[in-house]
Amino acid sequence: MEKAKIDIEYVAKLARIELTEDEKATYSRQLGQILGYFERLSKIDVSGVEPSAHARAVYNVMRDDVEEPAMPVSEALMNAPKARDNQISVPKVVDDA
Amino acid sequence: MELYYKTISELEELLDSGEISAVELAKAFIDRKNAVDGKVGAFLSSDEGGLLAAAAESDARRARGQKRGALEGIPVGLKDVLAVRGQKLTCASKILENYVSPYTASSLEKLESRGGLFWGRLNMDEFAMGSSCENSAFKLTRNPWDLSRIPGGSSGGAAAAVAAGECAASLGSDTGGSIRQPASLCGVVGMKPTYGLVSRYGLAAFASSLDQIGPFARCVRDAAILLEAVAGHDPRDSTSVKTDIPDYAANLSLEAFKGKKIGLPKEYFSAGIDPEVRGIVEKAVSDCRALGAEVEEISLPHTDLAIPVYYIIATAEASSNLARYDGVRYTRRSPSTTDVIDMYFKSRAEGFGEEVKRRIILGSYVLSSGYYDAYYLRAQKVRTLIRRDFEDAFGRVDVIMTPTSPTTAFKIGEKTSDPLAMYLSDICTINVNLAGLPGISVPCGFSSEGLPVGLQMIGKAFDEQNLLSFAASYEAARGFDSREPNL
Amino acid sequence: MEYEAVIGLEVHVQIKTRSKMFAPVGYRFGEPPNTLTDPVVWALPGVLPVLNRDAIRKTIKVGLMLGCEIPEITKWDRKNYFYPDSPKNYQLSQYDQPLCVGGGVEIELTGANASEMGEHRVVKLTRIHLEEDVGKLTHFANDSLVDYNRAGTPLMEIVSEPDMHSGDEVFAYLNSLKNTISFAGISDCDMEKGQMRCDVNISVRPKGSDELGVKIEMKNMNSPSNARECVEYEIRRQIDCLKRGAPLVQETRRWDANLRVTQTMRTKEDAHDYRYFPDPDLMPVKISREYLESVRAELPEVPFDRQRRYMSEFGLPYSATSVMCHDPEICEYFERAVAAYPKNPKAIANLIVNDLRRELIAARQAGEDPETGASGEFSGAGSADSGRGLGLFDSKVSPEDIAGLAEIIDGGEISKQIGKEVFAEMFATGKPPADIISEKGLRQNSDSSELESFCMEAIKGNQKAVDQFKAGNEKAINALIGPVMKASKGKANPAMVLEIMKKLIK
Repeated sequence: MEKAKIDIEYVAKLARIELTEDEKATYSRQLGQILGYFERLSKIDVSGVEPSAHARAVYNVMRDDVEEPAMPVSEALMNAPKARDNQISVPKVVDDA
Repeated sequence: MELYYKTISELEELLDSGEISAVELAKAFIDRKNAVDGKVGAFLSSDEGGLLAAAAESDARRARGQKRGALEGIPVGLKDVLAVRGQKLTCASKILENYVSPYTASSLEKLESRGGLFWGRLNMDEFAMGSSCENSAFKLTRNPWDLSRIPGGSSGGAAAAVAAGECAASLGSDTGGSIRQPASLCGVVGMKPTYGLVSRYGLAAFASSLDQIGPFARCVRDAAILLEAVAGHDPRDSTSVKTDIPDYAANLSLEAFKGKKIGLPKEYFSAGIDPEVRGIVEKAVSDCRALGAEVEEISLPHTDLAIPVYYIIATAEASSNLARYDGVRYTRRSPSTTDVIDMYFKSRAEGFGEEVKRRIILGSYVLSSGYYDAYYLRAQKVRTLIRRDFEDAFGRVDVIMTPTSPTTAFKIGEKTSDPLAMYLSDICTINVNLAGLPGISVPCGFSSEGLPVGLQMIGKAFDEQNLLSFAASYEAARGFDSREPNL
Repeated sequence: MEYEAVIGLEVHVQIKTRSKMFAPVGYRFGEPPNTLTDPVVWALPGVLPVLNRDAIRKTIKVGLMLGCEIPEITKWDRKNYFYPDSPKNYQLSQYDQPLCVGGGVEIELTGANASEMGEHRVVKLTRIHLEEDVGKLTHFANDSLVDYNRAGTPLMEIVSEPDMHSGDEVFAYLNSLKNTISFAGISDCDMEKGQMRCDVNISVRPKGSDELGVKIEMKNMNSPSNARECVEYEIRRQIDCLKRGAPLVQETRRWDANLRVTQTMRTKEDAHDYRYFPDPDLMPVKISREYLESVRAELPEVPFDRQRRYMSEFGLPYSATSVMCHDPEICEYFERAVAAYPKNPKAIANLIVNDLRRELIAARQAGEDPETGASGEFSGAGSADSGRGLGLFDSKVSPEDIAGLAEIIDGGEISKQIGKEVFAEMFATGKPPADIISEKGLRQNSDSSELESFCMEAIKGNQKAVDQFKAGNEKAINALIGPVMKASKGKANPAMVLEIMKKLIK
């Protein structure tokens, strides 16, 4: 691991969080420290070690293909910040990819 | 003793004998809450009318001879991260300030089927991210033992409410110590079950591979009753495990230590642990030895890697889990948005608190292109090594004991400006989550300042029965502690 | 300089299941907005996904039909990106351990004419993985609306190698996929309903070069012929750019079906950073050998294999098989009829492909407004689509009765000509052919004395034809037979008439 330097603008954009200049400075500094602390991880030999994505390895947890009743539209929309015609309304989507 | 400080077993006896009604009991907790919560600040909201109505129904069931179970009529507090149909679910975040859940968590449906009553929404660190409850967007919760100190976190409200007698018991969630650490700092019992024992369906996720729901209670037996009421397989949670849930309380043994081996990991008794805390915990361990156990020093060699592994895995999962809070469907939307992209940026900037943003950014970073292998994948591999440490240890010992928290409750504001120092206060608990094991914190004494200290016992996977028996044996040997917080 | 196009496709196919990929709620096209959702679909706080066993089985089924390898372990990953139609702001998909790897899709290019088989080749596949669909966004002047009905529907993504080179191949590929998948009952693959969608990657390079050109992605084609037209347009456009020395940029373009051109949708300034990681809420799946065998045991015959078998085993002409073998219903109907009367599959095929289909198409067109522009879409090599979904089994004619009719004609009881009349009556009433024949008295007239008198009448009436026949013009006898058929109301047994006529003239 290189001396950790976080590209705060890039990552905040990935996370879709607007940051003020002050926040950018503070987070950069704090995350730099935290990543510095994380460097101890790079010193350990993990060759041949399987990664753990779960607390324990269990396979084949599936459900049968059964349809249950849907949620009423009124309930689905009861917390909506903005809705019309039984749909969620969002500001016009400008395709940015 | 006041009604609100009695154990669930004691209260059930009073209810069964007709000495009190569930409505009277509910009123006792409502009164207590109204008397002390101005100081403690454990509750984010509460529905007194709802509790009284549910208590009246409980009385009617009991009168008809249709008592549901061991928690009939007992008000149980809920950390504000658990979904109940028709109730607010805020996760102590502005972004969910007005959100009402249209469905109930699986574990809480079970709790209701045992007669338990839902009582209040308890404060926490926003989205369970924190160790002091100071990251709540709404209010500060104070430690009932010293109102200038934090109750611990993230389930600070759930711990403080039990300690202050505002509910008989409560449910919290534990991702890296969020039940055990506040239990320790507030002088109550708190347990994190084996990963997969309690369904997570209806628990707003922080880090999916680490989160577990668990009980806070006044004694080990109460914790056992509450655990039995919420545990069990749930087809709606793919990580929930099919295993029989015994009647933990009925099967408790007070002679659990006879001929058993206690492991003391040397890494947990070294630097970083407050000497007074260490002394109190060591005394507790020797009390356990006196009950017939052998004590052996063991090593969990990868312990010092737990903090980076935990904060990489937990923040990575969280960065993705919290992406759904975006101002589109049910969360607060920023009023001043020009287009949909702007709406995301502003709604999330305004809706999330500082620590949550910090962790989302950290989590996004460790998953981002070019860093995944160095951080996330590596952390997953070291997680395997940490798990193996415990497997090896449990080949030799029956239970592992450590302090629950390296210190007693610290002062409000003491660590808020130094996130890394705050992260390091999880050092004793997070390994247990990484390994998916059960852990319990049992009160084991007080510091010279009168602050509670907790003893953490770590058990084998799905061996909750023995772990509870170890804890109950120690608790019985220590004897009843009549100290109460001065509120 | 000569150029060649290199084309790869990503095809998304909705899988027909009762419930969604990760949630126990259904999906049907065209339902009112947000009526087919549940807390999981909305990604409410606290919800969790659970894998749909059937969607996995169906994807494996397609993989096996396409000759893919099925690895022992498969898992699901989160693909992180923000978009209002994606409730979690991550899509549950498969990153590095998909359900199916490799394999290929056999395609048939259009032949010289409808009765000639076109060239066949196999387009290589990279992988097939199983993921979830997103909701539907509709754009208005001041806002966009989101309907989550479709969100969470199981979607398999079939990724080809860059192994195609023309619009015709793309067209044939899409048709072949559609036929194979719909044959297995896994999806109806209706592109108009979004059940099948394709993204096409095209690059152009000097012929003979090993390097790939600038990759340009095409979206928004809603039929195979659309896709063919789009690809042809785009190849021309790119070659034109190269010839003019204009630079091609990596971008995503949209096919405008009205203007029949492709237009820039977005340029890829920075690549997506999807931050894939294994979903901690789902457990991996281990696929056993026994399980694979059980899936293999229920695989239907791949359409092209069936077509080859119909040609060799039943001696059917290519033109008939190209109609039949891309429609599971026709095949099933045909095979039931052949089982009832195995001696003349060709006649049965003819009755089904020509008579029954013609009546059904006519009935459909009479019964409802003809669908505009939709017919013939999947009529690639052969013309399969015009007869698709006609409901052969819903018609009044059973396969056994079709077989019965063929047998009766073969037995000489009625002529082929009368057969047509009997069939029309079968189609209208559902009566068995034997009943119709006896009710209407359509049995062939084989009464030799009556036929002889009809023949004598005919000879008297046309001495010229008699003379020509005697002079050696064999065909002239047909002019004499016509009046006999007329006099017998079409029921005269043609073979007997011919024999009697020859005897009388000599």
